[in-house]
Amino acid sequence: MEIVRSHRQIAAAAAGGGGGDGGGRAGGLPTYRLAPQLEVRLEEFELFAIDRLGVLKGIADGLSRGKRPEEMEKLVNELWKARMRRQDPAETLNKDIISHFVLRLVYCRTEELRKWFLSMETTLFRYRFRLESHESQRMLMSEFQLPYKALPHLEFEAVKDKLSQVARSIGQSATVESVFFKVPFEEVPDLVASRRVFLSKGYAYVAMSQVVSLVVTQFRCNISKALVLTNRKWMATIKEEEKDRLTPIVEALSNAYFGPDYSQPKDAVEISLKDIDQLARTSFPLCMRHMLEKLRENHHLKHGGRMQFGLFLKGAGLKLEDALAFWRAEFSQKVGSERFDKEYAYSIRHNYGKEGKRTDYTPYSCQKIISATPGVGDHHGCPYRHFGEENLRAALNKMGVSGHPLEEIMDKVKNRHYQLACTLTFEAAHGVSCDTGINHPNQYFSESQNMLKAKNQAVQSQPTT
Amino acid sequence: MEIDGQHQQEATTAVPHGFNADYLRIYYGKLFPHGDFFKWLSYGNDGKHPGCDQSFVGRREFSFTLENDIYLRFQSFDSVAEMENSIKEKCPFKIDIGPPAKRHAYAQSGNNVFVPVERELIFDIDISDYDDVRYCCSGADVCKDCWPLMTIAIKILDASLRDDFGFNHILWAYSGRRGVHCWVCDSRARKLNNEQRAAIADYFRVYKGGENTMKKVSLTGPVLHPFLARSYTDVLKCFFEDKLLLSQQLFASEERYRKILDLIPDENIASELHDKWQGNRRSSISKEDVNATRWEQLKTTLQSGKQKAQGLRRCVEEIVFSYTYPRLDMEVSKHMNHLLKAPFCIHPKTGRVCVPIDPNNCDDFDPTTVPTLSQLLGELNADGLHSNSENGK
Repeated sequence: MEIVRSHRQIAAAAAGGGGGDGGGRAGGLPTYRLAPQLEVRLEEFELFAIDRLGVLKGIADGLSRGKRPEEMEKLVNELWKARMRRQDPAETLNKDIISHFVLRLVYCRTEELRKWFLSMETTLFRYRFRLESHESQRMLMSEFQLPYKALPHLEFEAVKDKLSQVARSIGQSATVESVFFKVPFEEVPDLVASRRVFLSKGYAYVAMSQVVSLVVTQFRCNISKALVLTNRKWMATIKEEEKDRLTPIVEALSNAYFGPDYSQPKDAVEISLKDIDQLARTSFPLCMRHMLEKLRENHHLKHGGRMQFGLFLKGAGLKLEDALAFWRAEFSQKVGSERFDKEYAYSIRHNYGKEGKRTDYTPYSCQKIISATPGVGDHHGCPYRHFGEENLRAALNKMGVSGHPLEEIMDKVKNRHYQLACTLTFEAAHGVSCDTGINHPNQYFSESQNMLKAKNQAVQSQPTT
Repeated sequence: MEIDGQHQQEATTAVPHGFNADYLRIYYGKLFPHGDFFKWLSYGNDGKHPGCDQSFVGRREFSFTLENDIYLRFQSFDSVAEMENSIKEKCPFKIDIGPPAKRHAYAQSGNNVFVPVERELIFDIDISDYDDVRYCCSGADVCKDCWPLMTIAIKILDASLRDDFGFNHILWAYSGRRGVHCWVCDSRARKLNNEQRAAIADYFRVYKGGENTMKKVSLTGPVLHPFLARSYTDVLKCFFEDKLLLSQQLFASEERYRKILDLIPDENIASELHDKWQGNRRSSISKEDVNATRWEQLKTTLQSGKQKAQGLRRCVEEIVFSYTYPRLDMEVSKHMNHLLKAPFCIHPKTGRVCVPIDPNNCDDFDPTTVPTLSQLLGELNADGLHSNSENGK
C-alpha cells in the first residue's frame, strides 16, 4: 500500500476489480488477504481509520450491552451504512480495505490490542457475512477453502431425526434445513460448546445457516496470524522508517480509542491496607464488595476470586507488601500463616510481576468478568449475571439501593445488560448520573473516588462568609 | 486380585498403615510400572522406526512434589532408565504429568516461553463438588452411597467421548481419595488447542455452579439435545430413581425436600407439595416408600396436562440433572499447560494407589477396597518377590 501526500486521485482501477487487487474479495466481502496495491492519501489514511474505528467501537458497545444476534446484525448494518458506505461501491470497498489495513498497524502492537481488534473485526465480519446473499456466502466459503461437501441424501436421511432434535432443542422449528455439512468438530468449537450441532464419531453436522461459524473461524485465524506478522514488520522496519509521518498517527489512534487498561495505577493513586473496608463501602463495585465480604467471612477465596479481586486491588493502587499482608491476615485464619506463605504468597507476587516470566497482569475488565464461569464454591464473576434474583436484590439493598432505581436495575439484568445495571447502581449509590458506561471495575472505583474527592473539595471551598 | 491363604500370614507380615519415604522407596523400587508408564507417554516415539521423534519424550514436563512439600518443576527424561532412576532416587510424594513442550523442559527462562505442542485431553471430577447433593459424606470423605455419582460421571463422559467425539484411547484413573481423572490420548485429542478443549468442556457442562444462584441447571428448549437426552434416558433417570433417592434419602426430611422444591420455579406448586408432605407424618411406611412416593407425586404434579408454563416443562429433568449430572472442573480441561497427577501415584492422605478404572466395569469399582501402600508392602513381605502390581482393573 503506497501512501502519498499529494491530492492525486486514488487509483480506482485497483478497487474496481474482482479478486485480483490483492484485497482478496469474493462476492461482496473482502477477506483482507494481502495488502492492497493502492495509493492512499495521508489524510485518508487517518480519516478512513477513524471511521472504521467508530464502527468497531460501536460493535464493542453493542456486545457489552448484551445485544442479541438479530440486534447486532441490525447494529452492524447501521454502523456500516453511517460510517463506511460511499456512493460508489468501488469507493466503499477501497475505504473498507484501506481502513482495515491501517488499523492493523495500530492494533498489532501489543497482545491486548491485538485481542481487541481481532475480536471486533471478527464480529464485524460475522454480521456482514450474515447480511450477504446465499450466492455470495457460497463464494466466500470456497474462498476460505472449506472443502466441505454437502451431506449426501442417504446419510442425511439416516441422521435426520437427530438433526431435527438438535434444531428443536435450540428453539428452532422441527423441519430440518435441507443442506448440511459434515465437518470435524475441531472446526466449529463455538457450535460444539453451545450444543447447537449433532455430533457423531468426531463429526459435527452443521446447517447451512450455521456455516457462518465455519467461515468466521477461518477468518479469525487468518487475521490473527496476519496481526503477528504485521507487528514484526512494524517493530523491525516501519516504526522507525515512518517516525515522522505515520507512526505518530498510528500511536495517537490507538490511545484515543482503546481506553485505559488500569495495568499501571494512575500516578499518586495509592490505597493502603487499613482503608480497604472503608473504600469497599463507598467505592467498590458490587462484584468486588461481594468478594471482600466473602473473604472476610470465610477467610478464603478460591482461585478465580483471588485473581479477579487481587488484580482489582492492584489496579486500585494496593502495593505488593500491603497486598501480601492483606491476604495473609485473612488466609492465615483458615490455613495458618505457614501454609499461606508456602501456597498462596507466590501467586500474589506473580500477579504483581515479581515471579516467573514477570508479566505484570492486568486487572480484568467487565467483559472478561462477565464471561467467567464460576463453579461450586466460587464467588467471582459478575453478580448481575451470576446471582439469582433474590440474592442480587439483597446485595443491592445492602448497598443502599432500593425502590424505583432497584427495579430499573433488575429490569436491565433481565435483559442481560449487566454493565448497564452496574452503571445504574453506581448512579443510585452516588446520587449522580454517570455519562460513560461502566466497563471496568477499576473505572467504577476511580470514578467513585474522583466524585467523592470533588464533593469534599466543593464542601471545603464553600465560602465561609 | 485375590490371594488365597493369606490370612495366617497376614498377622506376621502386615505393615502398619502409613505413607512415608521408606514405603515409597520400596513401592517405586518394586511395584511402580515404570516401563509401561513411560511407554504410554512416549506414544511410539521411543522406538527405532523412521517416524520417531527422538526429542519428543525429553520435552515432556513432569513435576515432583517431594517430602516436606518441596516442589520441583520442569523435570524431564530422555529414557525410561533416566526416569526410573530419578523417581527411585527422589521418591516423590506426588508426580504430575504436564504437556510436551516445544523446547526442552529446561529451556524456560527469559524469552523461551514454555510452549506446549500437544497434550492429552484431561478431565478431573471431584466428589467434593457434589457436597450440596450428598448427605452421607462431605469434603474429602467418600463411601459406597455417594461414590456412584462418580461412576455415573464416568459412564456419561466415556460414552460421549467415544460416540460423539470419536475418541478411543481413554484412560480413567482413581484420584486416590475422592475423585476420578480422565486421560484422552488419541493423537487427535492431543492436538486440540485451548479453544477446542474449552468447547468440549462446555459441551459437557450443564451444572452452572456458584454460591449465589439457587437454580444451577437450566434446560431450556422444548426437547433436550440428543447427548443430554441419551444421558438422561440411559443413565441418569434410573440412577436417580433407583439408587440416589434411597441412598441419600432425598425426601426424607423437610430440610432435604425443601432443597428440591426450591428448584421448582412455580411458587404455588412448590408450596402445594410442601404442605402436602409436611402434613404427612411418617406412619407405618418405611423410609424407602417416602422417597419414592414423594418423587412420584412431584413428577405427577409437574408433568400433568395442566402445567403448560415454559419454566416447568423440563423441571423434572432439571432436578435429576442437578443431583446426578457430572460436574467437571472446567479449568483443568481448558488449558494445555495444566499439570495433572499421574496414575499409579499413591495418595498421601489415604495411602491408596491411583489405579486405573475400567469404564466398562466401573459399577464394580469400590474406592474403599483399592489397595493401599501398606497393604501392598504387606503382600510383598508375605510373598517375597511378589510381582503382582496393584489392582489393575
